[in-house]
Amino acid sequence: MSVDKATVAKIASLARIRMDDAALERMVPELNGILQWVEQLGEVDVTGIEPMAAVIPNTLRLRDDVIDADPLTGGGRQGDVLANAPAAEHGFFGVPKVIE
Amino acid sequence: MTDLTQLGVKDIRDGVAKGDFTAREVAESFNAAVAQAAALNAFIVTTPDHALAAADKVDAARASGEPLGKMAGVPIGMKDLFATHGVQTTAASHILEGFTPRYESTVSQKLWDAGAGMLGKLNLDQFAMGSSNETSYFGNVSSPWRKAGSNQPMSPGGSSGGSSSAVAARIAPAATGTDTGGSIRQPAAFTGICGIKPTYGRCSRWGIVAFASSLDQAGPMARSVEDCAIMLGAMAGFDPKDSTSLQMDVPDWEAALNSDLRGKKVGIPREYRMEGTDQAILDSWEQGKAWLKDAGAEIVDVSLPHTKYALPAYYIVAPAEASSNLARYDGVRYGLRDLPDGVGLQDMYAATRAAGFGDEVKRRILIGTYVLSAGFYDAYYTQAQKVRALVARDFERAFAECDVILAPTTPTASFPLGSMNEDPLTMYLNDVFAVPASLAGLPAMSVPATINADGLPLGLQLVGRPFDEQGVLNAGLAIQQRAGFTAKPEKWW
Repeated sequence: MSVDKATVAKIASLARIRMDDAALERMVPELNGILQWVEQLGEVDVTGIEPMAAVIPNTLRLRDDVIDADPLTGGGRQGDVLANAPAAEHGFFGVPKVIE
Repeated sequence: MTDLTQLGVKDIRDGVAKGDFTAREVAESFNAAVAQAAALNAFIVTTPDHALAAADKVDAARASGEPLGKMAGVPIGMKDLFATHGVQTTAASHILEGFTPRYESTVSQKLWDAGAGMLGKLNLDQFAMGSSNETSYFGNVSSPWRKAGSNQPMSPGGSSGGSSSAVAARIAPAATGTDTGGSIRQPAAFTGICGIKPTYGRCSRWGIVAFASSLDQAGPMARSVEDCAIMLGAMAGFDPKDSTSLQMDVPDWEAALNSDLRGKKVGIPREYRMEGTDQAILDSWEQGKAWLKDAGAEIVDVSLPHTKYALPAYYIVAPAEASSNLARYDGVRYGLRDLPDGVGLQDMYAATRAAGFGDEVKRRILIGTYVLSAGFYDAYYTQAQKVRALVARDFERAFAECDVILAPTTPTASFPLGSMNEDPLTMYLNDVFAVPASLAGLPAMSVPATINADGLPLGLQLVGRPFDEQGVLNAGLAIQQRAGFTAKPEKWW
């Protein structure tokens, strides 16, 4: 499979990365080079093989069901959460108007 | 007095404990060495005060007879992928420029708790995506090594290129690295130092800027196997804040170091004899076999039949995870915001991400978005995950016949900065020997073996069974003792 400029534009829009025409043009052969190379995976017989997501056997734990079980990741840290926001107002993240 | 910057982790820790010198003297020596080494561009920010404060704490603890930590008095470099409280953390990107965490990553916290201090935040490939340290927003890192008779700046490897450069240049005795597909081992090999990626889950990922979460693993980079064992012991351990953290005791790797390999079998994977590998690397591999045999090990041939498919599988899995992880950079919660006049929220996202990500990061996000998109998910992503399962199964079968695997770390020595930028694929191929162990989550280490005809270091790689960091370190130690690698880059910075 290969991608054309329209497809790259679609992917860039899905990924929320603005790209002008020149950037799209440049990206088409680069992506196609990579995609053609990964296509060799099609040669591999994967009959009966389960896709692997976790490499080391492990079980997902549940944390203790208490408020602020870990104070670092618990609540009550509004100031810390907003400290690096480009626009924080009235205790909220500020964004451009989304509803007319 | 001895030049303290020539000392490694163990010698500094022991010297401070014995009172041969103070932790403050060590920190001052390294702070001065860092300040003189701006030409390497290894650090994005320096934090001399952090190193001094940690040192003073250790000296005070020693004076009052309190027990000292595993890394007491050792100032280290911190890859700028670890969130550090009150110190800018950028992942070498523009989009996180100015981001100052209000929390500390688990691994860095553990190191401070063990008595280490921070010399600064080390440069890297942007979001750890790269193999040459040429994708940083803050400029290329230069290796302290140069080809004999040449002034051409060489790559320190990547993505932990600031770490490898700083440790090889002796402006830091050790540094943290992270390895997603070779990012500890390849830079270690390029700069003549040691680096170990432990079993996936040994080191907490909490507070490390995420690249590909099923692969990312932190580890130490230092100039000896012993130093790596000490520092890994301080970094590893269960963390409830990371859902993939291993709930296992951390062995005392340092105490159990033993280079007597009698009764051990070392596997030589025949599929690693690949075209395009330098003859000097193949020769050093042969030499490595002889060294391990001399240490008492039996050398056996093993087969890892899916080796050639590991790298293409990686370049689907890693970008797919990256495209998802990097969705958080939206100009709302932290980092850069680019808000052109009169645009709405969606355009703000797109403008922010266009301005904030470098080309390689964009390339990988686009690849990841494509392979996860409707209609292509099964053909690319599911297929890659199945191939990943086969790569892991290959190792499992090989480890039925051997205890540790010996292979080259990289197919070539370091290359000049700027010489590999024509085609992203050429750069990716540099990690061909490193990626399989990453896909399988296995502990793997690079140790320096020799220097080539150009005077550049070459590394050998050891890969172990899950949780068997000890086996990897022990084989690494056997090589270190026989290689007698003492070459140093000549100071030009």
